[in-house]
Amino acid sequence: MATKDEVLTGLADIVNEIAGIPVEDVEVDKSFTDDLDVDSLSMVEVVVAAEEKFDVKIPDDEVKNLKTVGDAVNYILANAA
Amino acid sequence: MTAENRTVVVTGIGAFTPLGGDAASFWEGLMEGRSGVAVLTEEWAADLPVRIAARTAVEPGDVLPRPLARKLDRSAQFALIAAREAWADAGFETPATDESSKLAPERLGAVIASGIGGVTTLLDQYDVLKEKGVRKVSPHTVPMLMPNSPAANVGLEVGARAGVHTPVSACASGAEAIGYAIEMIRTGRADVVVAGGTEAAIHPLPIVAFSNMMAMSKNNENPQQASRPYDKARDGFVLGEGAGVVVLESAEHAAARGARVYCEAVGQGLSSDAHHIAQPEPTGSGVARAIAQLFEQNDLDKADIVHVNAHATSTPQGDLAEIKALRKELGEHLDHVAVSATKSMTGHLLGGAGGIETVATVLALHHRLAPPTVNLDDPDPEIEADIVQGEPRKLPEGRIAALNNSFGFGGHNVVLAFRTI
Repeated sequence: MATKDEVLTGLADIVNEIAGIPVEDVEVDKSFTDDLDVDSLSMVEVVVAAEEKFDVKIPDDEVKNLKTVGDAVNYILANAA
Repeated sequence: MTAENRTVVVTGIGAFTPLGGDAASFWEGLMEGRSGVAVLTEEWAADLPVRIAARTAVEPGDVLPRPLARKLDRSAQFALIAAREAWADAGFETPATDESSKLAPERLGAVIASGIGGVTTLLDQYDVLKEKGVRKVSPHTVPMLMPNSPAANVGLEVGARAGVHTPVSACASGAEAIGYAIEMIRTGRADVVVAGGTEAAIHPLPIVAFSNMMAMSKNNENPQQASRPYDKARDGFVLGEGAGVVVLESAEHAAARGARVYCEAVGQGLSSDAHHIAQPEPTGSGVARAIAQLFEQNDLDKADIVHVNAHATSTPQGDLAEIKALRKELGEHLDHVAVSATKSMTGHLLGGAGGIETVATVLALHHRLAPPTVNLDDPDPEIEADIVQGEPRKLPEGRIAALNNSFGFGGHNVVLAFRTI
């Protein structure tokens, strides 16, 4: 089971890979769309990469609730296998 | 000049080609008579009947930031790089949608064509679907593979709101895009249009498919000699990739902002063969009608034509039909025209050909030099025209004009004309 910091670091790597945002800018209060240049298409990529990295299922219906990095971290911590 | 018949000029050029990653290095390669063709080193190429192609001299991933590049098909990457160069070359510093821009986005268009579109994205993502499953197919697949993707991405880049278009006519696509853009400006729909062609189809499926049509050279042992337009031993085209883009502008608009003008984009002649889906009409009658239409519909003197950048893909039938058409329409004047087949160096960029060859034609007028045709060791005696061989040919002083021909599977014929100012 990953810790909160590990999930945040892992998400930061994913966002860096997909959107080119420096890992240190990927913070819990940042909005994917407004702050991190992750549009709705790239968000699908983030979700798929996160599912693989953290062994978690993130249903399509859930994606719209993941507005900030913190939302994603919390969802992953609560639902990871 | 009425609003319906405005003069159009070329104010910017950009090229991403097998000979160089920008217009200057592309021109340098043409002047040196350098071939961009090489043996494909990819594993998938090893067992193909055709194992040669002309890759771009620079990898687009080395130019574009990775987060941007991964959302663009290779054809759109090429187009974006060439368009950025042309845009800056025309003296524009920001997108038209920026507040500081003096150019209204509603007066700016983008017309970028591709013959096949995002074929490598389509095929690669199908492999992903089969091998890794539904979830792994990229959500960017559709915007990457759609044939209008290069045009749309260039339109986004420069802030074009007068219209973004993608004519598709196989290997005539790039030229058709530039012709369409000339008309947009001439008829008053736009003041500035970014126009050109792009192609990225070096993948086993298109290669095998073209090869099975008997359209490609199988001279795998001598890649740099394989593309040999007008030579007796020509045996098909060599696939190339890349993009060529120009900025077209109304003469009035260019003058008002003090833009540097390369030449006038006089107009186009268009026709279709109604002959065969892939074979050229052997007498060149369709091409001849396009040339005739060019002269009928534009204020252009035959006597001013001193150079033709020929379509000449190095196929036995096509090269000859084109020369017959030029002879039919230009008559004895053809003996005073320096004909260049630059595909002898770049390979055939399909929908990108009209783009890079327009850049080559514009630079030929600008520098008053016609590029050489390489590999013409044993000229086909049926080719009765003055083909530039060896060194580049000096073009005359004074007012001169040049044609750029492009023809596509389906029987599409596009002839573009450019003239010094």
